[in-house]
Amino acid sequence: MVRIALFVTCLADGLFPDVGRATVRLLERLGHEVVFPERQTCCGQMHTNTGYQREALPLVRHHVEVFEPYDLVVAPSGSCVGSVRHQHAMLARRAGDEHLAARAEAVASRTYELSELLVDVLGVDDVGAHFPHRVTYHPTCHSLRLLRVDDKPLRLLRNVRGMDLVELPDADQCCGFGGTFAVKNADTSTAMLADKMRNVLGTGAEAVTAGDASCLMHIGGGLSRLRAGTRTLHLAEILASTDEHPAVAV
Amino acid sequence: MTFLGMPAYAPRGVGALRAEEPFPQAARTALANTQLRRNIGHATATIRAKRARVVGEVPDWEALRLAGQQLKAATMARLDEHLERLEREVTARGGAVHWARDANEANDIVTRLVQATGETEVVKVKSMVTQEIGLNEALEAAGIAAYETDLAELIVQLGHDKPSHILVPAIHRNRAEIREIFLREMGSYGLPAPDDLTDEPRRLAMAARAHLRQKFLTAKVGISGANFAVAETGTLLVVESEGNGRMCLTLPETLITVMGIEKVVPTWRDLEVFLQLLPRSSTGERMNPYTSAWTGVTTGDGPREFHLVLLDNGRTAALADEVGREALHCIKCSACMNVCPVYERTGGHAYGSVYPGPIGAVLSPQLTGVEDNASLPYASSLCGACFDACPVRIDIPSLLVHLRARHVEERRAASRIPSAEALSMAAASWVMADPARFARAERAGRAGRLFARRGRIRSLPPPLSAWTTSRDAPEPPPETFREWWARTRGDRA
Repeated sequence: MVRIALFVTCLADGLFPDVGRATVRLLERLGHEVVFPERQTCCGQMHTNTGYQREALPLVRHHVEVFEPYDLVVAPSGSCVGSVRHQHAMLARRAGDEHLAARAEAVASRTYELSELLVDVLGVDDVGAHFPHRVTYHPTCHSLRLLRVDDKPLRLLRNVRGMDLVELPDADQCCGFGGTFAVKNADTSTAMLADKMRNVLGTGAEAVTAGDASCLMHIGGGLSRLRAGTRTLHLAEILASTDEHPAVAV
Repeated sequence: MTFLGMPAYAPRGVGALRAEEPFPQAARTALANTQLRRNIGHATATIRAKRARVVGEVPDWEALRLAGQQLKAATMARLDEHLERLEREVTARGGAVHWARDANEANDIVTRLVQATGETEVVKVKSMVTQEIGLNEALEAAGIAAYETDLAELIVQLGHDKPSHILVPAIHRNRAEIREIFLREMGSYGLPAPDDLTDEPRRLAMAARAHLRQKFLTAKVGISGANFAVAETGTLLVVESEGNGRMCLTLPETLITVMGIEKVVPTWRDLEVFLQLLPRSSTGERMNPYTSAWTGVTTGDGPREFHLVLLDNGRTAALADEVGREALHCIKCSACMNVCPVYERTGGHAYGSVYPGPIGAVLSPQLTGVEDNASLPYASSLCGACFDACPVRIDIPSLLVHLRARHVEERRAASRIPSAEALSMAAASWVMADPARFARAERAGRAGRLFARRGRIRSLPPPLSAWTTSRDAPEPPPETFREWWARTRGDRA
């Protein structure tokens, strides 16, 4: 049994609690102990990526303080783990705080995205899930190109019982979310989303899944606006789904 | 903030580095142009596939990229020494070297050099840097006609258009449009297009060939840019596909080359790396058809006079930014724009600068000063496809984030009144730095449920209305994750 601290991310905490609950259920089902450091808030990615590095710094400091005591941290988000791994130490260093940078690097080295934790750390690619639906997978940009999770999520998904996993055309193309990009450049973002939705709908899938609630919020927001009848489900929700406890619609 | 001795940005009022309107507005116009979307979508998909094929067959591609990155970084660290070496070697071999602080100085130098020959027409090799400084316009103002000889640049020039891509500047045009431009415009520039011209690619190319041949054979002055300059021998290189470059470099009596100071490489050995990286990344070819190299002047062979204009135009200012300087490593292959989901949909004109796409979004603001191109660093979803494609491993997403921070800090320094965005970012930071405040804010956010109908929110107030114009927003749940945790497993921490 491994003790794992859950960094649920602010988005999942406030808007998509099912993602956090599914992550807990999944890891507990695999026999591990999950703890939730309740003082956690946000990794500061939105601030950093919008140019507000000064405002991001207190969030970095807070994140490091909260997660420093734990040997293993998991987040159901490629993007937030990307921020912890690639931005926290950089922000501290630019602010001239070498000590914080070193601590941030230490926390980052123990922080994993969900599929990384399962496949690389816990050594499982079959979590015993059951999800009898047609599903397509969108590999989010930061999982793919910042974390290089490669085919880990797909290996996990291929072992889900009863699931018809269909390939998403142009899967590696960005859905157009990009944090505040979706608002600052709403027209371009929507043009990107339109192509992503066309590809998703073309697969005939009942659900599109991904490792990031943020990208799913974007794709799902578009599908919902169109009343497309295709839902979004986080990777954790599918992996947590079993015969006894099936994933429910979000 | 500027102070004495600080390197200058590219001047306003000359050249093509600054947009007339911010990216989001320009993009909106471009996105509505269905023909443009179709042309660019088709062209970028084709080049992407070609590039992927020829890059995939190189077993040591990643090692080559790493070498390219390191060679560029090492060269930039001693740029002054390499440039002085280049000047010495070019001069020793009969060339003349001119230093231009900015676009105005470079345009003046070239204009005077052409005037000294007594000619009123020049032929040009495709060159980004002469477009950056607006050389054609400056020459025209002095009564000198500059003829573009690259096929795509010819299309752009005849169409009174602007380039929208650094490698294939007429990427936004299709065959039918090109035929129409040739028929309408060629006659007023020289040999007209044949009346029975069709939009068959071969027929279009033959029309351009006949039109250009006349220019090559009569021009006494050629103007080029440079892909590389080898400091150790004073050799300039142009890498091209059509052979028009070689015509311009060899037939005229006088050759004038304008080159950004970042293009120098110390030795011939460095080219081993770059000449493998460049063609595969740009045209998707193993080797480009024409690589021309010339060193000073040679009696009885090629131009009798050679001038090299070394241009700064904001490059030293970019070099002064320890993070941003990496943008100067660019070898202008255009792989980043071909893989960019933003560029693919908006095209190059939306960026407003002669350098579009991801690299343009980090290069243009550094040459002009961030405030003169403030919307460009935000013209990206930070998806990272550009970084993966870059042959010299420029970390464009990190540079974009860095330039966004520069923009925010410069705004802060310039005005004591914070923007609405700055206020909300500061407020969010204050809330999120404290767990109790954060939990209270989450509970307050539940008021968002009032906007919701059947689990979705169709309309939110500004600035979030930009989200809900095309996307529903999720309804805040009745219970946050941390509330669920406290209720079900509150005894664990």
